[in-house]
Amino acid sequence: MSLYDTLRHFADSWGLVFMSVLFVTFVGWTFRKGASARHRDAAHMIFEDRHNG
Amino acid sequence: MDNLVMKSGGWMLVVLLAIAGFALSHDPGFSVHMVIVGLAAMIALWAGLKRADYAALAGGILPKPADEGVYDDDPIRWGVIATVFWGLAGFLAGLYIALQLAFPALNLGIEYTSFGRLRPLHTSAVIFAFGGNALIATSFYVVQRTCRARLAFPTMARFVFWGYQLFIVLAATGYVMGVTEAKEYAEPEWYVDLWLTLVWVCYLLVFGGTLLRRREPHIYVANWFYLSFIITIAMLHIVNNLAIPVSIVGSKSYSAFAGVQDALTQWWYGHNAVGFFLTAGFLAMMYYFVPKQAERPVYSYRLSIIHFWSLIFLYIWAGPHHLHYTALPDWAQTLGMVFSIMLWMPSWGGMINGLMTLNGAWDKIRTDPIIRMMVMALAFYGMSTFEGPLMSIKAVNSLSHYTDWTIGHVHSGALGWNGMITFAALYYLAPRLWGRSRLYSLRMVNWHFWLATVGIVLYAASMWVAGIMQGLMWREYGADGYLVYAFSEVVSAMFPMYVIRAAGGLLYLAGALVMAFNIWMTIAGRQRAEKPMRDATYDPAKDRPLPAPAAVPAE
Repeated sequence: MSLYDTLRHFADSWGLVFMSVLFVTFVGWTFRKGASARHRDAAHMIFEDRHNG
Repeated sequence: MDNLVMKSGGWMLVVLLAIAGFALSHDPGFSVHMVIVGLAAMIALWAGLKRADYAALAGGILPKPADEGVYDDDPIRWGVIATVFWGLAGFLAGLYIALQLAFPALNLGIEYTSFGRLRPLHTSAVIFAFGGNALIATSFYVVQRTCRARLAFPTMARFVFWGYQLFIVLAATGYVMGVTEAKEYAEPEWYVDLWLTLVWVCYLLVFGGTLLRRREPHIYVANWFYLSFIITIAMLHIVNNLAIPVSIVGSKSYSAFAGVQDALTQWWYGHNAVGFFLTAGFLAMMYYFVPKQAERPVYSYRLSIIHFWSLIFLYIWAGPHHLHYTALPDWAQTLGMVFSIMLWMPSWGGMINGLMTLNGAWDKIRTDPIIRMMVMALAFYGMSTFEGPLMSIKAVNSLSHYTDWTIGHVHSGALGWNGMITFAALYYLAPRLWGRSRLYSLRMVNWHFWLATVGIVLYAASMWVAGIMQGLMWREYGADGYLVYAFSEVVSAMFPMYVIRAAGGLLYLAGALVMAFNIWMTIAGRQRAEKPMRDATYDPAKDRPLPAPAAVPAE
């Protein structure tokens, strides 16, 4: 197999799996327990200290 | 004192190098650019000598450290002014080339004002000069406010601003002289690319350094978008511009790639310039300025993170949809198409997230013209990210590709989404940066909103009609198998649409002029005496008790 074929088949097998696992992990991480409270704090962060913002 | 001497000596050295480059230059374009570089270095030398505090130097007093109690806003103020200026220049160039398409005599018969040279001038002026300055200025503003820390490396931040302006001037003058790599949105030649790389690395250091100095534990989501924009643009810019110059003192270079590899690299760059420059960067603006202007937190912070990761993982694969039905392998075309269609989901998630931030405060659309601009920007973000995936489908692309439908699509995104969100951010920033209690005029923001909106509608609608008509005429076969229309017939059929498009551009430019005046007067500290946009109705004549009841005779 040529280098092109090797890379191409790596990309559409393990490469794809690796990317998908990463993506699902990052998105899944936002659904962990206790995330909602942290998200609420983060969303309100830009309104603290109105005099300096 | 030593420091000042060293700095001035450094600028002198740059001037000398520029003179040497000018003397040895292989072509006129390179000579002109060396003159510009030399002038820029002389201006920097003069500014450094003029601003130095000689009394303090003579007395051996160390310079006072910057006040850590206030944000470092000077480069942001300059950035706001530069954004307005380059916006006007870019819109004017756009209007002119739109008129050239309708009235070719406007090419004036000289090479410097021909459509082919002015078109990259327009695209770079609006994307990199107007958009880029807006992104640099707002990113410096947002990263300081959300990290509660002053900019890291203040000198470098100033270098980023001025270095970027030099990049713009070199790029723009190069296009007019025909100095170009002929790669769409990556036209500047090798030495201008190297300069931008240096500026961009400094930009990353200032932004990243400020993030590292942050006083808040969490990095607000807008900064994620800004950081991804900075890093990805660095990567795209370096790879796509790999080239070998013909001469170290000449302006011509050849790409490191050839044929379809070159095409794919170019559109990997080109589409991600859209994805990370015009989308991720401007979404960063959206995720800070929309909640701030609406005075409500973003609708769903979780959705904003999912929006972020989905864009990062999907956008990077969408480029091949620019190369449907070319020598690119079929699987790669299909890959580009599939990823483009998948992008529809996170894009609309982001649009809904932005719009729903107004949940419970929808009345602000009526009372606050800045919010109205933001909502229009988000609506156009949604519209153009729906249209884009649609056009990436091969069957649709076979009709739309190479037609003015593409131009219409780009402009509904650029004028509607990028333009409107930038205008809104500028209106938000101007009074705050110059310490004014409000803008010169909110009503003029409203005029700007309507001029721009009607302009976009004329632009997008005329280009849809022009593009679809053009595509259908090109593919029209007669019964005997010959093409029905000559190319020239298609061109002349589009004349009315070109005139309507130019009218739309004129309105958009007029709106931007209103903005320039408004921001100018705001900076000058003036306030226009005007009725508020809306107030609860009050009629003093009716504000009285009922008259005493007339005496009623007893029955």
